[in-house]
Amino acid sequence: MLRYIIRRVLWAILVLLIVVLITYMIFFLLPSGDPAVRLAGKNQTPQLLEQIRQQFGLNHPWYIQYLLFLKHAVLGDQYGWPGLGLSFISKVPLKGIIFSRIAVTAQLAIGAAIVWLLVGISVGILSALRPHTVGDRTAMGLAVLAISMPVFFLGPLALYIFWFKLGWLPGTGYYALGQYGFGTWFSHWILPWVVLAVLYAAFYARLSRSNLMETMSEDYIRTARAKGLTEKRVVLKHGLRAGLTPIVTVFGLDLAALLGGAIITESIFNLPGIGQLTVQAVGGQDLNTIAVITLVAATFVVFANLVVDILYAFLDPRVRFD
Amino acid sequence: MPEPLLEVKDLRVQFPTDDGVVKAVDGLSFTMAAGETLGIVGESGSGKSVSFLTVMGLINKKSAIIEGEVLFQGQDLVQMSNDELREIRGPKIAMIFQDPMTSLHPFYKVGDQISEMILAHEDISKKEAFNRSVEMLKRVNIPQPEERAKQFPHEFSGGMRQRAMIAMALSLNPDLLIADEPTTALDVTVQAQILDLIDRLQSEFNTAVALITHDLGVVAEHCDHIQVMYAGKIVEEGTADDIYYRPMMPYTWGLLRSLPRLGHDTDRLTPIAGAPPSLIFLPDGCSFSPRCPYVFDECRVIEPDLLPIDGHHAARCLLSLEDRERIVAQEILATP
Amino acid sequence: MREKHRSGEPLLRLQGIVKHFPITQGIVFQKKVGAVHAVDGVDLEIYPGETVGLVGETGCGKSTLARVAMRLHDATDGTILFDGRDITRMKGENLRAVRRDMQMIFLDPYASLNPRKTVGTIVGAPLRLHKTVPKNQVKAEVQNLMELVGLNPEHYNRYPHEFSGGQRQRIGVARALSLRPKLIVCDEPVSALDVSIQAQILNLLNDLQDEFNLTYLFIAHDLSVVKHISDRVAVMYLGKIVEAADGTALYTQPKHPYTGALLSAVPIADPNLAKTKKRIILEGDVPSPISPPSGCRFHPRCYQMRSLDPEKQERCQTDEPELVPHGPGHIAACHWPLDASIIDALAETDPGSSG
Repeated sequence: MLRYIIRRVLWAILVLLIVVLITYMIFFLLPSGDPAVRLAGKNQTPQLLEQIRQQFGLNHPWYIQYLLFLKHAVLGDQYGWPGLGLSFISKVPLKGIIFSRIAVTAQLAIGAAIVWLLVGISVGILSALRPHTVGDRTAMGLAVLAISMPVFFLGPLALYIFWFKLGWLPGTGYYALGQYGFGTWFSHWILPWVVLAVLYAAFYARLSRSNLMETMSEDYIRTARAKGLTEKRVVLKHGLRAGLTPIVTVFGLDLAALLGGAIITESIFNLPGIGQLTVQAVGGQDLNTIAVITLVAATFVVFANLVVDILYAFLDPRVRFD
Repeated sequence: MPEPLLEVKDLRVQFPTDDGVVKAVDGLSFTMAAGETLGIVGESGSGKSVSFLTVMGLINKKSAIIEGEVLFQGQDLVQMSNDELREIRGPKIAMIFQDPMTSLHPFYKVGDQISEMILAHEDISKKEAFNRSVEMLKRVNIPQPEERAKQFPHEFSGGMRQRAMIAMALSLNPDLLIADEPTTALDVTVQAQILDLIDRLQSEFNTAVALITHDLGVVAEHCDHIQVMYAGKIVEEGTADDIYYRPMMPYTWGLLRSLPRLGHDTDRLTPIAGAPPSLIFLPDGCSFSPRCPYVFDECRVIEPDLLPIDGHHAARCLLSLEDRERIVAQEILATP
Repeated sequence: MREKHRSGEPLLRLQGIVKHFPITQGIVFQKKVGAVHAVDGVDLEIYPGETVGLVGETGCGKSTLARVAMRLHDATDGTILFDGRDITRMKGENLRAVRRDMQMIFLDPYASLNPRKTVGTIVGAPLRLHKTVPKNQVKAEVQNLMELVGLNPEHYNRYPHEFSGGQRQRIGVARALSLRPKLIVCDEPVSALDVSIQAQILNLLNDLQDEFNLTYLFIAHDLSVVKHISDRVAVMYLGKIVEAADGTALYTQPKHPYTGALLSAVPIADPNLAKTKKRIILEGDVPSPISPPSGCRFHPRCYQMRSLDPEKQERCQTDEPELVPHGPGHIAACHWPLDASIIDALAETDPGSSG
């Protein structure tokens, strides 16, 4: 097992290097303005531009810039470790920005995850245990409907109904728990959590339903019943354990992808997370920020993959590594 | 005469499907005495498995129509609620299945799966239950039972898994063990081991055994009474001697003749023509008539009853006894 | 049992075939730390027109051996001579040409047919691939083949799931036959079928052999099935052949204790004989092919060995026996072969035999 983990970690590092490399390549291949010009702002003199280029290393060829980025990331720069440099746009050290942004995105992702896991999986289980009944068909029909409603439709619709028309919930924006207290913090999270969770809940409902239905038709369920176990135990201990384990994998990856930024949700609800930062960075050609965000998001996904695979080995004794 | 352990009376099990109603079991009646070994022989679609799954109450009552009576120690299992059935499954009637790999839960240790069954029916500590599981594994000849009990099913070989299933089934000392094709998925020497084990344990635990198989050889060696099933009915029943030395039904003849046997030296086997019938559209009259080489007109119209020949021997055929005895002597028993 | 006349050169000759599947470990570079000894030195000859039965249980290597012979696996060592030519390392177009002459029928009629293709497509695929028949005649030839194997040619456009297990196996036979091969390897073709259907398929294979002058390598785990169709039977255990004999010799005069156990294990559809037959129940399971036992591979489970003096037992534990002749056409690898008493006890179960 240890050998396997080491091998996976080595691969993970390689993947991250390649991801950032591709980011640099794309940035430089796309026709766009001169970043130094944008950084200089209104008063552009040739000396200022040259100074900026020096400061940000923009006068080097792209692959040197890539290597410099890596060097700073691993060894740190004048702003601390990891050395993520400055944002081209805001000229503020990225290290601080990134961490505070991740905190917001994490709240969004984890909160939504709790909602979608509870709702989606429960609905899926209930449907699987009463297949082809009215309840099951209604639930799955609603799931299809939910999957068809993207966040950029559902979000504004929810805001319109619950904030604008009914006034039950406050509007957009992020209000930190420490500063504003639980009530304000929580009430501003309800809509973003639910809106983001809807799509995932639907997927998970369908997924848990089909997994559990397949599991309940397995031979070992018949054996469990033949042993005289209560139906509750048959479903919970024998059925769910086997049927829901594959969902662990899916969940890990979904969560990791979200941590890399729920771009649309954050934009609609004006949440200062990684997703919103991404939009700003790309629009402003803030190469440094883009590279850092890419690295962060890729790191989440790659390591989530590893964690999930290892976790699976603990859940399913048949899975062996090495 | 002591009360029979199991008495099945005119059992019918039907599954409504989109294509029609599948008559899986079509009027099944038989008895089993305590401690007896009953062999049930049939091919796919004969209803042999469904009938015993119904005895265990493992057929989903929502998807099947079940009629008739299944009297176990005097009580009708068909009428029982799920809760009542659950008290019987394990301590009174236990079942083992064909594929031990898929019949054991892959995520739980073997010892725990056996303990689980014991704990579901007896009020003892987990440790005690585990010790009993280890004891059962020892009784089925699994070496190093303490270590093996802590292993997972995929770490066992095929034969060992089946032995673990037998250990589990017998752990509460049931009165009846139903073995549904327990050796079909196993190699022939492992089959011999398992059947030998079942024989030995049967006398140790004094359990009645219902051995379901498609292999006529297996029932000859291990069963007191044999039932041959076809298209949901018993077409012949009797002792092993009756079935093999005095068979009285063309399907049984067909089965005996199509067996490749060590003792017979023919180049050509004599298979039964055609294929088993659809259980939705059963033929009129005798279900075997489309494939029977001795068929005559009445066979296609009148459904024969299961008529006794002597003792426990009975067969379902319209041919006269003299005709059948003649055919058996001239064609079936004569070694080419 | 058929007594065939062996003439000329063998159609298939396997010499010293070894097939090991490596077990590797390592972080970046995988290093071989062990191997599964699936086949560990097998010689086998099959003459044109005959049927050789290969019997053994799970893990003995019979299926692997067949696949190596068919070049579906590459042999780790040894030579494969087919029709006089060395095909062990043949590649490309040469190998493709050889494949026309050797075909396979598989165990599972439910898994070996592509469920998305029609019968016509499945049976016609080899013809189209090797272009042995002009395109516009393929359908006619396929329908001819279907009739030969007992299927209704009008079902040309049906899908596998519309057929029963026995019929699907017939489709497999038709496909194997389509290129008029010289050798057909049958890998447990009847094990998954009901008894009455087994008999139909075995008869079919027999008839086709006569009509098309086919040679069969018939793999099974059931000695009784193999007896009916084979001219010669070989028994495999843990990667090696332990006994082989022509005709009925294996059944009437088994020499290797494992063969004795196999014979005893076959259920007999005769209650009186079943009661009197000698019961040989092997203990334990087949050892892992990753580390086969020292000396004779069968010694940990050998009932014969246990009845011997300790010095003799030691030979079993340290010395791997060679295949030596025990009569015309009969070879066995055992230091202390079965003696007459055991053979008689087994032979009592065999009323049609000469024992």
